[in-house]
Amino acid sequence: MNNIFYQIIFLLLAVGLVIGIKLLSSPKTAKFGNALAAFSMALAVIFTLAEGGFNKFMPIMACMGFGSVVGIAWAQRVKMTAMPQLVALLNGFGGLASVLVALSETMRFLSLQADLSLGFAITSWVSIVVGAITLTGSVIAYLKLEELMSTKAIIFFAQRFITILFSLSVLVGLIFIVKNPACIFLFLLTAFISAILGVLLVIPIGGADMPVVISLLNSYSGIAAMAAGFVVESNLLIIAGALVGASGIILTRLMCQAMNRSLINVIFGAFYAKQSILLKSEQKPMREFSPMDAAMFLSTASRVIMVPGYGLAVSQAQRNLRELSDELKAKGVNIFYAIHPVAGRMPGHMNVLLAEADVPYNELYDLDQINSEFENADVCLIVGANDVVNPDSRTNKDSPLYGMPILNADKAKTVIVLKRGKGSGFSGVENPLFTLDNSGLVFGDAKASLVKIIQEVKSI
Amino acid sequence: MIMQIYILVLASLLGFEVISKVPTMLHTPLMSGSNAISGIILLGALAIAMQDNGFFGDLMAYLAIFFATINVVGGFFVTDRMLGMFKKKSGR
Repeated sequence: MNNIFYQIIFLLLAVGLVIGIKLLSSPKTAKFGNALAAFSMALAVIFTLAEGGFNKFMPIMACMGFGSVVGIAWAQRVKMTAMPQLVALLNGFGGLASVLVALSETMRFLSLQADLSLGFAITSWVSIVVGAITLTGSVIAYLKLEELMSTKAIIFFAQRFITILFSLSVLVGLIFIVKNPACIFLFLLTAFISAILGVLLVIPIGGADMPVVISLLNSYSGIAAMAAGFVVESNLLIIAGALVGASGIILTRLMCQAMNRSLINVIFGAFYAKQSILLKSEQKPMREFSPMDAAMFLSTASRVIMVPGYGLAVSQAQRNLRELSDELKAKGVNIFYAIHPVAGRMPGHMNVLLAEADVPYNELYDLDQINSEFENADVCLIVGANDVVNPDSRTNKDSPLYGMPILNADKAKTVIVLKRGKGSGFSGVENPLFTLDNSGLVFGDAKASLVKIIQEVKSI
Repeated sequence: MIMQIYILVLASLLGFEVISKVPTMLHTPLMSGSNAISGIILLGALAIAMQDNGFFGDLMAYLAIFFATINVVGGFFVTDRMLGMFKKKSGR
C-alpha cells in the first residue's frame, strides 16, 4: 500500500519534469517550465527521503545544505560570459554522482551476496562508464572555455590509436565484469579507464566547438542517470535520465545543423584537418584603422550591421556597443545586429548578452534574415567575432570550417574589425577577412576600442 | 526488468518529441535546464545514503549527494537567471 502511494507520486513528478522541459522550449512559458521542473525535483527529494524513513537525516541535510549554498552562489555570481563553463562543470558533477551511486550500490550488493545479476552488472557498468566520461570530458570542456588550457584541438602522436585502445578496454571490461561480477576491482578499473577516455575524447576538439560538446555531455549525464535508475531500481530516475539523454541528443543535432557540420565532423574532425591551416602564420598585411577612422566610417554610413562575437562577451563590452549604437542612431544611422547561430560560446549566448545590455529585441536579426543585407550595408562592425565571418568556409575545402554557413560580412562596403591582436583567435583558424581590401582592424580590447570610438563619434 | 526497458524506450521517444521546435535563443537555457534535471541522480544518492552501506559506501553516497545537489540547485538557478534576461523584451 505504501509502495503504490510513492509510485504514483513519483509518476506525477515525472510528468512534472516532462511538462517542465516542454515549456522550456517556448519563450513565453520557459520561465514557468523551469520553475515547474525545479518544484517537481524538490518534491521528489522530499518524498524520496520520506520513503527511506528520513534515515541519517542530519548528514544528508548537511550535504544538501552545502551543495545548495555552493550551487546558488555560483549561479548568482557567475558572469554571463562564464556561464557555458559553469553548465559544463555542473554537468560533470552529475556524471561524478552517477559513478559514485553505481559504485556504492554495487559494493553494497557484493557485500550482501556473492553474485550480481547480468542486468545489474551491465547497467552498473553503463552508469560508471558514461558517468566517468561525462565527468572528465566536462572538466576538459570547462578548462578550455576558461582558457586554463589550450583552446586549440590537441593532437598528439598515435592519438587515434590510443583512443581506440581505451575504448576497447572499456568494452573488454564489460566482458570481464559479466564473467566475474563479484570483483569490485573491475568496476573501479573501468571507472578509471573511462575517466581517461573522457579526456582523450574531448581534448582534440577545438574550443569553438565546445557548445556542441557540452550539449552532448549533457545528454550523456542523462544516460548515466538513467542507467543508475536500473541499478537502484527507481523508475523516476530512468524516466528523467532517458528524457535528458534523448532531448540532449536532439539539441546537439540542432546545433550541428546550425553549423552545417555533422556531429562526426565535430568530434573527430581534428584528426583529419590539414595541419597547414591550423599552423600557418599570417603573411598578408592587415590594414589598421584608428578609432577616429572607424568613427568616421560609422557616422557617415546610412546602414551599419553589427556582428557581435565571443570577444564582445569576454571584454564585457555589450553596454558600450549599445551606447555606440545609440550615438549612431542619433546621427541618423540605421543599426542592425547580425546574430550567427553559434556566435559566442553557446547558442543564444549573444541574445542573452545583448538583452542584458538593453539592446532592443527588434534590432537583432538571425543569419537567414540578414545575410542578403550585407551587400547593402555601408559598414559592418565586427566585435570579437571570427569563425562566423570567415569567407574560407565558402570556398576553401581544406578549412575545418568548410561548409558552415557564415555571415556575409565581407560583402559590406567597409569592414571594421575590433580584435585583440594579430593572432588567429580562439579556434586557431586563419581568417582571410582580416586582409581583404575593404577591411581594417582596430586593435585592442573591444571595450577599450569602443570607448575610444564613441568619444570620436561624439566629437564629429 | 522488461518493464523498465519499456519505460526507457517510451521516455526516450518522449524526449525526442518534446524537443522538436526550439528557437535558437532558447538553446542555452534549455541545455542548462535539462542539465539541472540530469541532477535527478540526487534521488539515487539519497536512496543509497539512507541504507546500510559501510564506511566507504556511506562516504561515496554523501559525496554523490553533495555534487548532485550542486548540479540541481546551481542548474535551476542559473537557468532562471538566463531566462530573466529575456523578460523585458519578449515578443517580436
